[in-house]
Amino acid sequence: MSLVEIENLHVSFRTDEGTANVINGVDLEVEPGEVVCILGESGSGKSVTLRALMQLLPKRRTTISGRIRVAEHDILSLDERKMADLRGPTVAMIFQEPMTAFDPVFTVGTQIVETIKRHEKISEREAEARALELFERVRIPSPKARLKNYPFEMSGGMRQRAMIALALSCRPSLLLADEPTTALDATVQIQILLLLRELQQELGMAIMFVTHDIGVAVEVGDRIAVMYAGRFVEMGSTREVFSRPAHPYTKGLMASTVHGDMKGQRMKAIDGSPPDLTRLLPGCAFEPRCGERIPVCRQVVPAIRTAGPGHTAACVHVGAPAKELA
Amino acid sequence: MTDTTATSTERPPVLLQVDDLKKHFPIFGGALNRQVGAVQAVDGVSFEVRRGETLGIVGESGCGKSTTAKLLMHLIEPDAGAISVGGEEVRRGRRGLREMRRRMQMVFQDSYASLNPRLTIEDTIAFGPKVHGVPVKVAKQRARDFLAKVGLDPNSFIRRYPHELSGGQRQRVNIARALALEPDIVILDEAVSALDKSVEAQVLNLLMDLKRDFDLTYLFISHDLNVVHYVSDRVLVMYLGKVVEVGPVEMLYTASQHPYTRALLSAMPAMDPDKRATEPPLAGDPPNPINPPPGCRFHTRCVHAEEVCKLKEPFLTRVAGEGHFSACHMAIEGSGHSQAPQRVAA
Ligand SMILES: Nc1ncnc2c1ncn2[C@@H]1O[C@H](COP(=O)(O)OP(=O)(O)O)[C@@H](O)[C@H]1O
Ligand SMILES: Nc1ncnc2c1ncn2[C@@H]1O[C@H](COP(=O)(O)OP(=O)(O)O)[C@@H](O)[C@H]1O
Ligand code: SF4
Ligand SMILES: [Mg+2]
Ligand SMILES: [Mg+2]
Repeated sequence: MSLVEIENLHVSFRTDEGTANVINGVDLEVEPGEVVCILGESGSGKSVTLRALMQLLPKRRTTISGRIRVAEHDILSLDERKMADLRGPTVAMIFQEPMTAFDPVFTVGTQIVETIKRHEKISEREAEARALELFERVRIPSPKARLKNYPFEMSGGMRQRAMIALALSCRPSLLLADEPTTALDATVQIQILLLLRELQQELGMAIMFVTHDIGVAVEVGDRIAVMYAGRFVEMGSTREVFSRPAHPYTKGLMASTVHGDMKGQRMKAIDGSPPDLTRLLPGCAFEPRCGERIPVCRQVVPAIRTAGPGHTAACVHVGAPAKELA
Repeated sequence: MTDTTATSTERPPVLLQVDDLKKHFPIFGGALNRQVGAVQAVDGVSFEVRRGETLGIVGESGCGKSTTAKLLMHLIEPDAGAISVGGEEVRRGRRGLREMRRRMQMVFQDSYASLNPRLTIEDTIAFGPKVHGVPVKVAKQRARDFLAKVGLDPNSFIRRYPHELSGGQRQRVNIARALALEPDIVILDEAVSALDKSVEAQVLNLLMDLKRDFDLTYLFISHDLNVVHYVSDRVLVMYLGKVVEVGPVEMLYTASQHPYTRALLSAMPAMDPDKRATEPPLAGDPPNPINPPPGCRFHTRCVHAEEVCKLKEPFLTRVAGEGHFSACHMAIEGSGHSQAPQRVAA
């Protein structure tokens, strides 16, 4: 059985401008020990997907339907107390801004110790020993002294390591990582990516890693799922998606990302901008910007089709030619 | 592409000349709130930019890129050093500044904070020309012209306010505003860094088009080495307030000489699932420019550091190619570093 099973997830928010349909039918399975990268531009619904898994969306303004199972728990039916029991030992989350994970008025050591004690019946001393071991594991220099630091006393990269230690303190089977390296220098980003990969292998945990950066996705993901307007438009092994992108949006995103030897060539930018989620049209959400659109694209949301081994894309041009073309 | 055979008489003239620029920010502390130290944000930076060229500036956060840009724009005053534009040193005082700002303009990363929320897009763009004595009607027409030039339909945008625009549109307005004074030089400080990739690509195309159409010279500051490679003719690498390497873009990317530049380059994601990184090129965060290490500022993180690196500060030295300089003891003849070229008896 998969560790994570998301079926036909829909999330909408009531806003002043109307109902924003943010997640529009997401299906995803994540196996134990697997790293899946969710790749997409801002506003595509990456963070909302992760937050739905942790029940972190504002209850009153949010409508959720579909099914989410994590380690055989039916997340959407859990009450707040049961969900709190899962946060830590089953699923934990790290963010772009570590200050959102820490309380600024307690030392990082205290916060890690308290988190461990909340979930496990162990003594203060054992919890402290675990905290120290975690700090060594995420390679914070002078770990003993650093546990006594307040979050603001640490540099950016070190705070990120401390947040990873906090998230791993109850040995979760699933780590949700929401752009944890986006605000860091590339020299620090690569350290954190390597650390996460190493910890993931040692602890055998699965990671759902959200990023807007193809380079980062290629660096950490076993699989990549490309998100656009609240749907996965393409999914497959990193090698497949990167070397044989099938969806016009994925191809456009790769052509828009400066890399290698593009010097002297004009960028093949995607025209226009993402759709207004309060006014989603029927059909493929990428249709207005797509260079390969045909009339049927506006009529129905394209089915998910096979693009290669373990590789799917939601585009009428992918795989066997669509019936509508004939 | 890099023409190393051209004699200096064929090269375009130097448009911007920066000599030994310094800016230290004092730090106050203690019970008496006395100065207890200084952030050596920019510490002896020199370079030149020729007409029509794009000079890229890279380096980790805090190395002094934005401070350099602000010094060039005289948004802050240097402690020491000189800046010349078009062969003339920028004069102190209001008139000197005004003339300089007409010739040199800047676009910042934060497209929202750099626009006045209470001004319409038309007034935003027309503001600069009006301050510089352009008649109101002409300034307004210029606003419309430049909106069109940056790919925004004047009829639908002139009456709008900044909050009604997307990030990409706001950055286009910022570019239009900078160009409305018809400057020679535009400083782009992380100008595309906050944009989504698909928008970044659109704005990069726009910047390249504008450069050609208006014969512009760019100073392109970014932490994204891929983008800097794409836009730059030459690249300057900064570390803790100092220039550590400068040279033609291809030389710098394929034959970098300074260990710091090499580390920066190998920290870039490989964009290839079969060539993933196994070792980080540098450990730890970039150090703080308060009380930087003596000798070579990079010696605390450098794998090639030797005794001389802790004692003596290396100076920019010509290396392999034309116009390529590195500030590393390994490049300095007879420096005492085991990998330095040996002094040859004449
Ligand atoms: N609590 C909320 N209320 C209303 N709209 C929201 C809320 N959270 C997110 N959204 C909207 O949902 C969309 C997707 O957001 P998000 O998942 O944060 O995108 P990203 O892919 O950048 O992480 C955006 O348009 C955002 O404005
Ligand atoms: N107004 C200021 N007062 C004190 N320190 C400053 C000020 N502006 C910048 N600094 C410091 O100077 C250093 C260089 O900053 P900056 O030029 O912004 O770097 P970069 O743009 O390369 O990231 C940093 O350590 C920064 O904290
Ligand atoms: S001077 Fe020494 S410490 Fe500095 S970069 Fe060169 S080898 Fe490294
Ligand atoms: Mg997000
Ligand atoms: Mg800066």
